[in-house]
Amino acid sequence: MSAPIPQSEGFAGGTPDKYGRSPTRAVAATSDSDARVASRRTDRAAPAASDESREVFDAPDIGRALTRIAHEILERNKGAGGLVLLGIPTRGAYLAHRLATKIAQVEGAMVPAGQLDVTMYRDDLRLRPARSLARTEIPREGVDGKVVVLVDDVLFSGRTVRAALDALNDIGRPRAVQLAVLVDRGHRELPIRADFVGKNLPTALTETVHVRLTEHDGLDGVVIARAVPADTERDGRTAEKPGEGAAR
Amino acid sequence: MKKHLLSTADLSRDDAILVLDTAEELARLADRPIKKLPTLRGRTVVNLFFEDSTRTRISFEAAAKRLSADVINFTAKGSSVAKGESLKDTALTLEAMGADAVVVRHSASGAPHRLATSGWINGSVVNAGDGTHEHPTQALLDAYTMRRHLGSLGGRRITIVGDVLHSRVARSNVLLLATLGAEVTLVAPPTLLPVGVEGWPGETSYDLDAVLPTSDAVMMLRVQRERMTAAYFPSAREYSRRYGLDRHRLGALPPHAIVMHPGPMNRGMEIAAEVADCDRAVIVEQVANGVSIRMAVLYLLLGGSEPAAASSGTGYASRQAGDGVEFEAAEVAR
Repeated sequence: MSAPIPQSEGFAGGTPDKYGRSPTRAVAATSDSDARVASRRTDRAAPAASDESREVFDAPDIGRALTRIAHEILERNKGAGGLVLLGIPTRGAYLAHRLATKIAQVEGAMVPAGQLDVTMYRDDLRLRPARSLARTEIPREGVDGKVVVLVDDVLFSGRTVRAALDALNDIGRPRAVQLAVLVDRGHRELPIRADFVGKNLPTALTETVHVRLTEHDGLDGVVIARAVPADTERDGRTAEKPGEGAAR
Repeated sequence: MKKHLLSTADLSRDDAILVLDTAEELARLADRPIKKLPTLRGRTVVNLFFEDSTRTRISFEAAAKRLSADVINFTAKGSSVAKGESLKDTALTLEAMGADAVVVRHSASGAPHRLATSGWINGSVVNAGDGTHEHPTQALLDAYTMRRHLGSLGGRRITIVGDVLHSRVARSNVLLLATLGAEVTLVAPPTLLPVGVEGWPGETSYDLDAVLPTSDAVMMLRVQRERMTAAYFPSAREYSRRYGLDRHRLGALPPHAIVMHPGPMNRGMEIAAEVADCDRAVIVEQVANGVSIRMAVLYLLLGGSEPAAASSGTGYASRQAGDGVEFEAAEVAR
């Protein structure tokens, strides 16, 4: 079952993809249907970056989780009226649009979806070099008096969500704010809890969670890697956006 | 990016595009009810202006305040400089106040460089115009304005007309536009071109009418009478006839071309009033864009533990992928 994938499988080669990532980081979800069972297979092409990784969520799993979250959002809010979905870039933004599509399929009404960049509100800006910004796109309707559902890929320390709440505060006054995440990996550092969770994923702090989405990475999947890059010690981890950097 | 912004020559193409892209995101702040970000809370920005300025000082002040920095404005007039204090002693005073960034304008070329390299202060130095040398944030906002109207600047033809000799704006623009891949033509009477202009990237011409039909943007420079110690042209009227942008010459431009001026304008001298007010002139927009550009510069220099490192990517998509671990992976892969 857990036979190691032969090195000749193609992805072990060396060229970075168009986003400049080294190839091994993007390949963890292979076509191998046993990938989820083959949980301790070795990823040999990047010996320094990750020693082992396992896929815990494949493309159909992500689809099912998002469908369920869409239903839960509608159930909790008694329909799609007054809802605004705001994803946190990068992957949260794609998830917000996917959720909007799912909600439209169920309710027949399009829920406005946008994205909210929280970089300028982070509490760890001074721990690393200044970062480039992502786009903030607030739907034309605005957020005042609406129920805003924040969407992110991974919930980790909760610091990104805190930054998002601050950012939202400068944009308007929603009637309520809810939080939907694809993966909750635990290790909260702030009193923050998700309302809608795709999957609770118990992890160790030495592990990293990589969410891959077709729109950004070419395929869907969630992978846990026992990655110990140079900066994965506690300080380095909290210095990253849990849903983004450290989650990868 | 380097720690200081002294010259556009210090900006790589990736750095320059990072500043422009960051400014583009920050410009969207203007549409929000609260036009303020908490990013530079607790940082102190000193505006050190030894020379008169309206636009630059106000826009640096607005930029720093929108990022929640504390701003100290210092003008030579009414300070100890009027009593004869040296640049060094002024700098030491600022250092004692804990300035994280010093925005400096000085009539002497090289004054910001002296401040940055002397060891008098630890903060970042941003050149807001030094003598006839450089004015990097003006060039950045010009490039930003051009990019908004013309798209990518690669291969675009930009014509810069007028008093190149005394213009720090022209020098910064030529260097930055060359980095961004635009083709620059400098047009001026021979007396108003600096010695060594042959070594600058781009071309020079003495004939404005020959260049206008192929220009995507034309930037008129102010004739800097206050810096002129000799007669550089026979009369203002003759200058205006040969090198001024009037309605007739405006008609010679391609339909998509824009008219720029770094301000302050001498209406009727280098630019006719009706041209300055026409809808193809983006002069007021340049001022508005100045705030976004200066916010971007202050954020990228002061926002993190050290100035931003431009990722290898240049577009929006690659920037989205350019943070966190992925960025490190890209570094390794290179």
